[in-house]
Amino acid sequence: MKLPAFDYACPATLAEAVTLLAANGDAKAIAGGQSLVPMLAFRVAAPTLLVDLARLPGLDRIAIGADGVRLGALVRWRDILADARLARAHPLLVAAVRHVAHYQIRNRGTVGGSLAHADPAAELPGIAVACDGEIAVTGTAGARVIAAKDFFLGALTTALAPDEIITELRLPAWPAARRFGFEEFALRRGDFALAAAAVFHDRAADGRATNAHVGVIGVGERPTRLPSVEAVFDGARIDDGVIARAAAAASAAVDPPDDIHASAAYRRALVGTMVERALVAAQQRDQP
Amino acid sequence: MRNTFIGAAIERREDLRFLRGRGQYVGDLAPNGLLHAVVLRSAAAHGRIRAIDAAAALKIPGVHAVITAKDMPGGPPIIPMRLQPLPAFKPFEQPVIAADKVRYVGEPLALVLADSAAIGEDALEAIAVDIEALPAVTDRAGAQNGGSLLFEAAGSNIALEFRATRGDAAAAFAGAAYRRRERLKVQRHFGLTLEPRGVLAEWDAAQGRLRVFGAAKVPFFNRRILAAQIGLPEDAIDMVENDVGGGFGARGEFYPEDFLIPFAARQVGRPVKWIEDRRENLMAMNHARDAEADIEIACAADGTILGLRGETFADMGAYMRTNGAVGARNVAQFMSGPYRIPAIDIAATLVMTNKTPVGTYRGPGRFETDFFRERLFDMVANELGIDRVEFRRRNLVAEREMPYALATITPYEHKDELDSGDYRITLARCLAEFGWTEKAKLQGVLIDGRYHGLALGCFIEGGGAGPKESARVALEPDGAIAVYLGSSAVGQGVETVFAQIAADALELPIERIRAVFHGSTGYVSDGYGAYHSRSVVMGGSALLDAAEKFRAALRAAAAQRLGCDARAVAIGEDNVAGPDGRALPLTDFAGLSAEGAFHNKKHTYTYGAHAAHVTVDPKTGHVAIVDYVAVEDVGRIINPMTLNGQVIGSLVQGLGGAFLEHLVYDENGQLLTGSLMDYRLPTASDFPNLRSIVLDMKPSPINPLGAKGAGEGGIIPAGGVIANAVANSLTAFGAEPRELPLSPPRVWALLEEARMGNANGE
Amino acid sequence: MTRFEANGRAVEVAVEPRMTLADCLRDVLRLTGTHIGCEHGVCGACTVLVDGEAVRACLMLAVQAEGRRVTTVEGLSHDDTLTPLQQAFRKHHALQCGFCTPGMITTAHALLSEEPDCDADRVREVLSGNICRCTGYIPIIEAVLEARSAYRGDGRAGDDGERR
Repeated sequence: MKLPAFDYACPATLAEAVTLLAANGDAKAIAGGQSLVPMLAFRVAAPTLLVDLARLPGLDRIAIGADGVRLGALVRWRDILADARLARAHPLLVAAVRHVAHYQIRNRGTVGGSLAHADPAAELPGIAVACDGEIAVTGTAGARVIAAKDFFLGALTTALAPDEIITELRLPAWPAARRFGFEEFALRRGDFALAAAAVFHDRAADGRATNAHVGVIGVGERPTRLPSVEAVFDGARIDDGVIARAAAAASAAVDPPDDIHASAAYRRALVGTMVERALVAAQQRDQP
Repeated sequence: MRNTFIGAAIERREDLRFLRGRGQYVGDLAPNGLLHAVVLRSAAAHGRIRAIDAAAALKIPGVHAVITAKDMPGGPPIIPMRLQPLPAFKPFEQPVIAADKVRYVGEPLALVLADSAAIGEDALEAIAVDIEALPAVTDRAGAQNGGSLLFEAAGSNIALEFRATRGDAAAAFAGAAYRRRERLKVQRHFGLTLEPRGVLAEWDAAQGRLRVFGAAKVPFFNRRILAAQIGLPEDAIDMVENDVGGGFGARGEFYPEDFLIPFAARQVGRPVKWIEDRRENLMAMNHARDAEADIEIACAADGTILGLRGETFADMGAYMRTNGAVGARNVAQFMSGPYRIPAIDIAATLVMTNKTPVGTYRGPGRFETDFFRERLFDMVANELGIDRVEFRRRNLVAEREMPYALATITPYEHKDELDSGDYRITLARCLAEFGWTEKAKLQGVLIDGRYHGLALGCFIEGGGAGPKESARVALEPDGAIAVYLGSSAVGQGVETVFAQIAADALELPIERIRAVFHGSTGYVSDGYGAYHSRSVVMGGSALLDAAEKFRAALRAAAAQRLGCDARAVAIGEDNVAGPDGRALPLTDFAGLSAEGAFHNKKHTYTYGAHAAHVTVDPKTGHVAIVDYVAVEDVGRIINPMTLNGQVIGSLVQGLGGAFLEHLVYDENGQLLTGSLMDYRLPTASDFPNLRSIVLDMKPSPINPLGAKGAGEGGIIPAGGVIANAVANSLTAFGAEPRELPLSPPRVWALLEEARMGNANGE
Repeated sequence: MTRFEANGRAVEVAVEPRMTLADCLRDVLRLTGTHIGCEHGVCGACTVLVDGEAVRACLMLAVQAEGRRVTTVEGLSHDDTLTPLQQAFRKHHALQCGFCTPGMITTAHALLSEEPDCDADRVREVLSGNICRCTGYIPIIEAVLEARSAYRGDGRAGDDGERR
């Protein structure tokens, strides 16, 4: 499974990288290569030019401020797990990243790569959508910010123009008292999720849930929030009955694929279980 | 015989190179002038080849040649069967390259020779293949209705039917108080090796010698086939066994590439190397295990088994491979396992389909048949209200009944008998180690959202297959001993285990055994190889014979020089001495060598029991193994460390088959599991709680070592034990697994079906 | 030309961009200890250290190694003795055919260098990215746990992948 031939460039600036992508119709950006190189090995992709983003400055920073968390596109999974600040600044992000792939892949795979690849069962796109994230990109037309919910268009398909490069993922600030749960089921540790749910909510003074957010992956062409599920517990006191209804709503809300790994019926039931368990975890979690 | 090193957990010699990355696998070889071979494989499952046009490929710089069937005068040679070579199979044997038809996705169509594998793969994309598609046969029904024939001349997609018989099944069933019939299925999976296959061939035109590297498992047999196919005398061919990254029954049989690469090397006069990639391996290495059973058991009211009968079907894929019939035959012949079943009538039908051809995988047919049998046993025990342990215990063959004749297989009249053993002891030991009595209280209980289930199974493992093996012992100038074996290494530690046997047989310190050379055809005159767990029994016994002959030769040579009777010569560690005390150093006899052999027609039977404790999450279908105990008696333990390694390693493979591994085809014969993300192998996280206990209680009477073949015992009972444990955890639902794998979606589906059945009042 | 450090030696290779680091190490530098089991980043047999971090060499282009420090199993070995990690593997029979072993050694070395106090669950988690078909993993986990003592305190094997 040797790779097909391609040219290779490793530009020193973002502008150069964008220019290269714009000038070569069959060019692709490469960062960690953990998703792209296997595609080349199977020859399901055959770009004529790879533009390596490794030297682009300033894209490997994790910035935490009042407006939230900013992950540079070249931030690796390893960097996220090693950044002690994130345990408080965005524990849901950390919980999700723990499920990503394997040790060796986490040393190379990047935020930007995962978002650009847009696998329907990948964790970070799911977090980006669940948390109302924004993705900053730069192309020949300049820089723009795309809401995560508008970024993922379908399986392996994004709103990126061919000449655009992701520079940053922005996640809104995470209040310390926020309740959350992340539940994923895969056939083996590190495999792509058959279904996963990222759930969070805040709490009003009277104990009712507010700001309900439910994002799911693995059960459709792209990660998505489930408003009908959020409606079940938004404004409610969360008890077993609410949780059970939320789970049922999740199963009803999705139209999952059938494939050799699992049937649509299984994924439908599974996402309900994931939502249920994430909500339970959210209630039990000790908040600092 | 001395037992200084035999029985000891000696650390392995081979580790010294493997741990430092100094192993030499065929992919590591890079002779000067090497050309790389890449195989063009059919993307169609069934069709007539109209044209293969390589013109564009040949224009690519670095592409040297494209070889097809047209380059083989008289047509491509056919690969004969090595085991059970019955005339009925001849129409279904595989040509080394497709000529007029393709019959499976992955079948070789052409061989590209290029400066690099990368260029070779570029060339594949430039070869235009015109195939007139034919309807693909992808299941038994399609095969049996004969609407689309794989081999028109054969007139059928059914290659053969074996029959296993014992006693009078009709009478047994007619008179039985209780009967139960079930249909069960094991999925297609295979003995995937971490090192894919590879062949390097060098043709020395001046000498007229062919050297083939990458040989494994049965190098001597493969040399015989190659010699006939390529038109060379056998002694003009060296098959060299390098380090081998796993065999498991799949690597080492004669595959198309084993002809194509040497043929290419001769054509171009340069060394040619082919290294299989993983995508190829999934569609080109022998598949296995694909079997169904429709079987019925007859019992007396007290649970005494009276008979077993029924039909089994084995999906052979598109061609009968060198050992393709083994699994199918074993399903029928060994369904009785270690149990006393007086009347047996089981058919095994071999069905051809447009899928990758099938060969053996560790415990071939035995894994499948143990699943069929043990599932049936638990269902029966439940229905009759008999304790599942007691049901098995009272039906185990007793020691005093041995040798105990198993069912006779026809055609290829094959009689087999259980050699020795007390099956109740290993059963009792297993249950005691496992803590069965305590744990049984958890049967079917729901705790923290998971249902608990326990199960056990008893098994036999056939080993020590004949007909023969050879070994040679030679004295080197410095007094060290070199051992040469016809046995092959596939990772099981032969260099260490046989050094232990040699040291004790020659009564020398183990350091004096300089090295154990194995597998390659240059080492012994007539070797057989590694299959059917035979290396210790056959190679070890041959080594004992060689050692005895060596000592006799040494005495005779010494006697000549010492002027005494050979029987009066005493052999010491460093010298030989006559009765008058005169001694000569051993080094005086450097070059002395003796070859020995062991002939055998019977099989040994290692035996034992497994027990498992699982928990099942009904919402996700996930099954976790809380504890798993494997106990087996191998008759004589040479190295307990490597033996336990074989048990745990084969057990994890068995669990892979029980839960994870599945080669999936669509209705057009396309292989959907095309990567290691789809074909899921067990990882370090999956099965951490496994225990192995090995015993050496009942030696085998059929070889001088008293050893029994071991290495497949871990895998054989695993499917049945796991399926029963899952079934027992879900008794509240009445869910009965009848198919493997028990992946989470399938367990969930079982529960759904059971729930819906219950809702309908069934 | 691509320049990097392989096992402490400066190397310079002229390779096509499409050549993976795994193939470059094996075929150009003749460091055949790194094995190829899948070429799509699943089996871990090709694991090497790049600047001390375990990576899948089949998913890295050789050109991407420019300026980096690459360590293979050969670079973690001595000519005359086994390292404590290797000895632990041998003692526990943590290898049979040897094909996954270099990847296990490099991965375990990276893990133990950073986390000498890791527990069995962590070892299993980290090694779940390395396929072994022969051993069933249990002896490998035992070997890595035993080797921890060599990476703690005095016996530190270093966190930069260099020979000890």
